[in-house]
Amino acid sequence: MRRYGYFPGCSLMVTNRAYSISATRVARELGVELAEVSDWNCCGATAYLALSEAKAFVMSARNLALAEAEGHDTLVAACSGCYVVLRKTGKYLDEKPAVRSRVTKALAAGDMTYNRTVKVRHLLDVLVNDCGEEGVRARVKKPLEGLKVAAYYGCQVGRPFGEADDPEFPVTMDRLMGWLGATTVDFPVRAACCGGLTMTTEPDLGMEMTGRILRVARERGADCIATACPLCQINLEAYQDKIGRKLGTDLRMPVVYFTQLMGRAFGLSSQEVMAQDSLTDVSAVLA
Amino acid sequence: MKSGKPRRLDAEATRSLRKEFLEHVKELPDGEKVMECIQCGTCSATCPSASRMDYSPRAIVAALRAGDLEHVLESDSVWLCASCYGCTVRCPAGIPFTDMMYELKRLAMARGLLPRARQASVMAGTFAETVNRLGRNNEVALIRKYYLRTNPFAAMGQMGFALRMMKRGRLELSSHRIKGIEGLVKMLSTVEQEGAK
Repeated sequence: MRRYGYFPGCSLMVTNRAYSISATRVARELGVELAEVSDWNCCGATAYLALSEAKAFVMSARNLALAEAEGHDTLVAACSGCYVVLRKTGKYLDEKPAVRSRVTKALAAGDMTYNRTVKVRHLLDVLVNDCGEEGVRARVKKPLEGLKVAAYYGCQVGRPFGEADDPEFPVTMDRLMGWLGATTVDFPVRAACCGGLTMTTEPDLGMEMTGRILRVARERGADCIATACPLCQINLEAYQDKIGRKLGTDLRMPVVYFTQLMGRAFGLSSQEVMAQDSLTDVSAVLA
Repeated sequence: MKSGKPRRLDAEATRSLRKEFLEHVKELPDGEKVMECIQCGTCSATCPSASRMDYSPRAIVAALRAGDLEHVLESDSVWLCASCYGCTVRCPAGIPFTDMMYELKRLAMARGLLPRARQASVMAGTFAETVNRLGRNNEVALIRKYYLRTNPFAAMGQMGFALRMMKRGRLELSSHRIKGIEGLVKMLSTVEQEGAK
């Protein structure tokens, strides 16, 4: 059993628990233990960075220090927002001595230390690249035959670091879907931004960005959109009717986490992959 | 500018704003590259928010050179950045544009230079309050406070969504406070005492 430190992030505790529950479950099928780091705190997200960079880094560094103290050399984030903020903190700590000394001092005030030994990775990267084609194919009991998936990565899987996948043209999820027996549609907006928090702060802008992704997925004949981030997921699943009314077109489309599709292909029940939490009609996809 | 507010340029304030920005930006990895901008506009062509910005990313660098950052901060520009990092990965000069946008947001907050489209700044402040108290975010608490502070009527438009979430047990009705909250608060106040940006 491979073991990784796991950072679920706030949004996966209740609102988007379907992602965390399905991820933990399929990981176990693949011989991977996602060991939740105890007493982790919010990564700081995009919002905290807009207020204080130093505080945002301290928030993230506390999580890296917790993972290190528990003996992990890798911390896996499921949410793309957490992934980028945690990874960015690691980069600044490595490259900027001023940031390092400031953060070290702050951590010490809470009796913690961090020696920069933890690598931050995205869940999609770990499940696909560490388990590999053979490992994944060996677990498939019910291939997703005939299912056409729009593999949607959003912005922060590949950007800005290009480590989990290519910044412009990510392919990891497309490869995974092939191993599960599904096909993926040609999806040019695969790495476009869903709008993130602008759906709340600037709804017209957010709806334009999310609407485009839904529209293209429908035009390409996808049966569903697969996501790898809770914010993308909620933007794409929650406002389909509202955006559809605004644009005068039908934008209904099942939206699921890539881990839910993995679970179904591995023979888990729709309850086990938390299909009941979906806001869209996923009966044809996760049944 | 959409607000049509007359320009009021205070030469001294503008100079100090520009100086502070450049100092901070140089602390970012690759930050000094902002001086190498060739105004090609790749950032603005990439930006999904640019069509709604008074000043697109390219224009912001032009304004910086012209010494007119204050005007940029008071316009509907930086708070529309959704942090997608498209500009950052495409910039041929390697300028970390998204980090620069964050720097501008922080300067705007610190100096109280906020435009009409300031909702994202309210979101950031409200988010930080929630996290400082709990160590984690609670989406229900965050959104409730955010709408109270911006537009309580807009919250009505979210009722349908909230009901659908509640039906599925997806509304986080009780807050989880981390055990190490005291330590975290000490860490954050240490940073604050140092006066770090």
